[in-house]
Amino acid sequence: MPSAHETHDFDVIVIGAGGAGLRAAIEAKGRGLRTALVCKSLLGKAHTVMAEGGVAAAMGNVYAEDNWQVHFRDTMRGGKMLNNWRMAQLHAQEAPDRVHELEAWGALFDRTQDGRILQRDFGGHRYARLAHVGDRTGLELIRTLQQKAVSMGIEVFMECKVLQLLRAGDGAVNGAVGYWRATGELVTFSAKAVVLATGGVGKSWKYTSNSWESTGDGHAMALWAGADLIDMECVQFHPTGMVWPLSVRGLLVTEGVRGDGGVLRNNEGTRFMFDYVAEMFRAETADSEAEADRWYADHSAGRRPPELLPRDEVARSINAEVKAGRGSPHGGVFLDIATRRTPEYIRRRLPSMYHQFMELAGVDITAEAMEVGPTCHYIMGGVRVDADTAATTVPGLFAAGEVAGGMHGSNRLGGNSLSDLLVFGRRAGMGASDFAEGAPGTPLDPAMVEDAASKALEPLGRDGGENPYDLHQNLQEIMQALVGIIRTGSELTEALGKLGELKARAAKVSVSGGRAYNPGWNLCTDLPAMLTVSTAVAQGALERRESRGGHTRDDFPGPDPEFGKVNLVQRQPGGGTVDVEITLAPEPLPAMPDDLAALFEEAH
Amino acid sequence: MTEVATTTTPTPAGTTPRGAGGTGSTPSIGDGVRMRIWRGDPAGGAFEEYRLPAQEGEVVLDVVHRIQATQAPDLACRWNCKAGKCGSCSAEINGKPRLMCMTRMDQLPEGPVTVAPMRTFPIIRDLATDVSFNFEMATRVPAFAPAPPPAEGYRMAQIDIERGQEFRKCIECFMCQDVCHVIRDHEENKTRYAGPRFFIRFAELEMHPLDTNDRRDLVRERMGLGLCNITKCCTEVCPEHIKITDNAIIPLKERAVDAHYDPVAWLGRKILRRTKRSAAEAAALHPPGPAPAP
Repeated sequence: MPSAHETHDFDVIVIGAGGAGLRAAIEAKGRGLRTALVCKSLLGKAHTVMAEGGVAAAMGNVYAEDNWQVHFRDTMRGGKMLNNWRMAQLHAQEAPDRVHELEAWGALFDRTQDGRILQRDFGGHRYARLAHVGDRTGLELIRTLQQKAVSMGIEVFMECKVLQLLRAGDGAVNGAVGYWRATGELVTFSAKAVVLATGGVGKSWKYTSNSWESTGDGHAMALWAGADLIDMECVQFHPTGMVWPLSVRGLLVTEGVRGDGGVLRNNEGTRFMFDYVAEMFRAETADSEAEADRWYADHSAGRRPPELLPRDEVARSINAEVKAGRGSPHGGVFLDIATRRTPEYIRRRLPSMYHQFMELAGVDITAEAMEVGPTCHYIMGGVRVDADTAATTVPGLFAAGEVAGGMHGSNRLGGNSLSDLLVFGRRAGMGASDFAEGAPGTPLDPAMVEDAASKALEPLGRDGGENPYDLHQNLQEIMQALVGIIRTGSELTEALGKLGELKARAAKVSVSGGRAYNPGWNLCTDLPAMLTVSTAVAQGALERRESRGGHTRDDFPGPDPEFGKVNLVQRQPGGGTVDVEITLAPEPLPAMPDDLAALFEEAH
Repeated sequence: MTEVATTTTPTPAGTTPRGAGGTGSTPSIGDGVRMRIWRGDPAGGAFEEYRLPAQEGEVVLDVVHRIQATQAPDLACRWNCKAGKCGSCSAEINGKPRLMCMTRMDQLPEGPVTVAPMRTFPIIRDLATDVSFNFEMATRVPAFAPAPPPAEGYRMAQIDIERGQEFRKCIECFMCQDVCHVIRDHEENKTRYAGPRFFIRFAELEMHPLDTNDRRDLVRERMGLGLCNITKCCTEVCPEHIKITDNAIIPLKERAVDAHYDPVAWLGRKILRRTKRSAAEAAALHPPGPAPAP
């Protein structure tokens, strides 16, 4: 019974303490609401710290021509027009304010000669647009927000894993139940509004840039609470992850390397990206190395290098080169900045990349090329939200950041994630506050708490069952092999069959040890979300019979205009669990107003 | 960490016997690895030894993960990014504080590798320690308080922010706190000593071109800056190579002392107002322009 557990009452609880969660909590607390921040790790360790390159915002500090309309257009084109136009608009309009706000909270971005915030080039962005701090921008962002949150006295529940959202009789979300990792003791939260800011899903793949926390908890909990997910098949494989040593395979190599002059070569030394420029980008992409190289110093002296095409284009090209036998010794391609920039420049602009390769691979990137290949990095799909308020389709439930869908369409541009966290983190905080201020609050359902708790504890009481680590490894192998960067119908069908088998095995998982700080048990409680989300991704991928953005079907290699008009919506009507079937239906994208649509017809 | 006893854990029944010198299916190098990990809780514990095949290019954290997956599923350890960026997996490896994710096995000496929790913080379980001291200390740092932005937005020169940027590289691994003997050997100091991590935070704020709060008396009187006798242990263990002692603590000591004892500086301040102003004073001097874009 909940009365026997530790229980807390708040107006707003925010689940997840990365950039979006912190920003949402700051907004709600600033409104004077009783606000809690709940996170699986220690404060300040969220996956946001891994973001390297920068935060995209059309401030126009380096190229005065830049403005929100150009940023909006780049974002929509990068997402292959599957984006929620209103989210892309708000994002482009509000990102500069959010960056300036960070500065007023103590962030120290790199500067231009005249003392303004410096901006760097990144793939898919027409102008140098990423405010940054060397190659550790995510750390700066999270530390600034963390220090702001601490100074406001926001209550933080660290190392607290949320298992399930709680709902009132009318279906509205009114709390959550979880446990303290240190003790394993249960804790329940009663709240008038809940913000999901739980990040991504990458831990279901074998080679990923994501940390252990990226298990899709928010995606799954939203679905189980009856909320809609959209376009879950749209998963981004970042083109440049480390490929060697094997133990760090998948670890991110920032796009900033290419923005700062690095180029991709195959084992013949060829800059192969010139061979992979899609029709959509041909007019604005350089067609010779000389032209591309002129562009770095002056964007009016040449067109963009093809290495800076959107991530989906680059990742597919690398995949094709390796498949054609032109890859590097460890199955990637070469990313070369050593022959193109001085060691001093590289160490100043890319200090953590220098450090990472030196320490982990014994490679000096100022003297040698890096070996890189695609790594599972980000999910564009996610919880369906209202653009202005971040409200999900379930009353009382809000979502922001990677867990929310729509903003990035079928492919996210680099740098648009940090700005997304800030813009929609704030909006989710506002939306949740508006909702909470008018809400009376409803009592928690003790049966729902008890049910979630007893399910979570089952693996500890069971003997001789499946090892959760084996199950997780099997899941990663299935998703990597069958729901990876290039997909086909038969393999997706096979994946869904195997995921069904895994769900049956997951019901029999067991683990030794007690409840106190037991990672094996913690993993058991992450598995239902990982299996739910993996199923949604595979189902969406099977249904979307086209290739678009991060979703590539070998059996449907081109885009299909009909699929370009729809979100694939998945739900468990009325709510569900990992074992309940997920329905799927196409629904039309929100229609873009004419004035914005006109931006795509202008010559460029 | 006091070594209580040494025991060897047999491979638990029901798991694949990958132990004993690399007889499993995993490719192995040489004779495999031996790792002695402290297992226990606040009531006590001991080192337990694990054997498993070696794999090329592994870091200590990889081996810990393989032990969890095959031999000790409940072995507690913190980690997140596995890339040296989050500062979660701090431990004492062969007696020295290091990040498990950035310590390559092939660069450690031959023989068993010893992994113990950070000694300065109370044990939760195994390698996970209670680092809440640091989060409590963070709440005692008076917030950044800039003057209101001028109409055209803040301007700062790169050279003026680089000092602060060095300190903001901190990943909060808390190894500097762990190794600082002021609290490592003197538990009683924890109530009155912020420690190296927070001295660089104070230095960063002190050197921030926009900040208006004066924290020099606070850091001297309440944060124990004087207890640091600049042995540089913190600088030596910093995985971000921040020059904690030279670039933060020593300048902070000089500024704090100047603020308090130097009669010339004191008089100068009275006459010329060459100290930081309070946020309220600064606001009065610089009427706020429009916020940086609405």
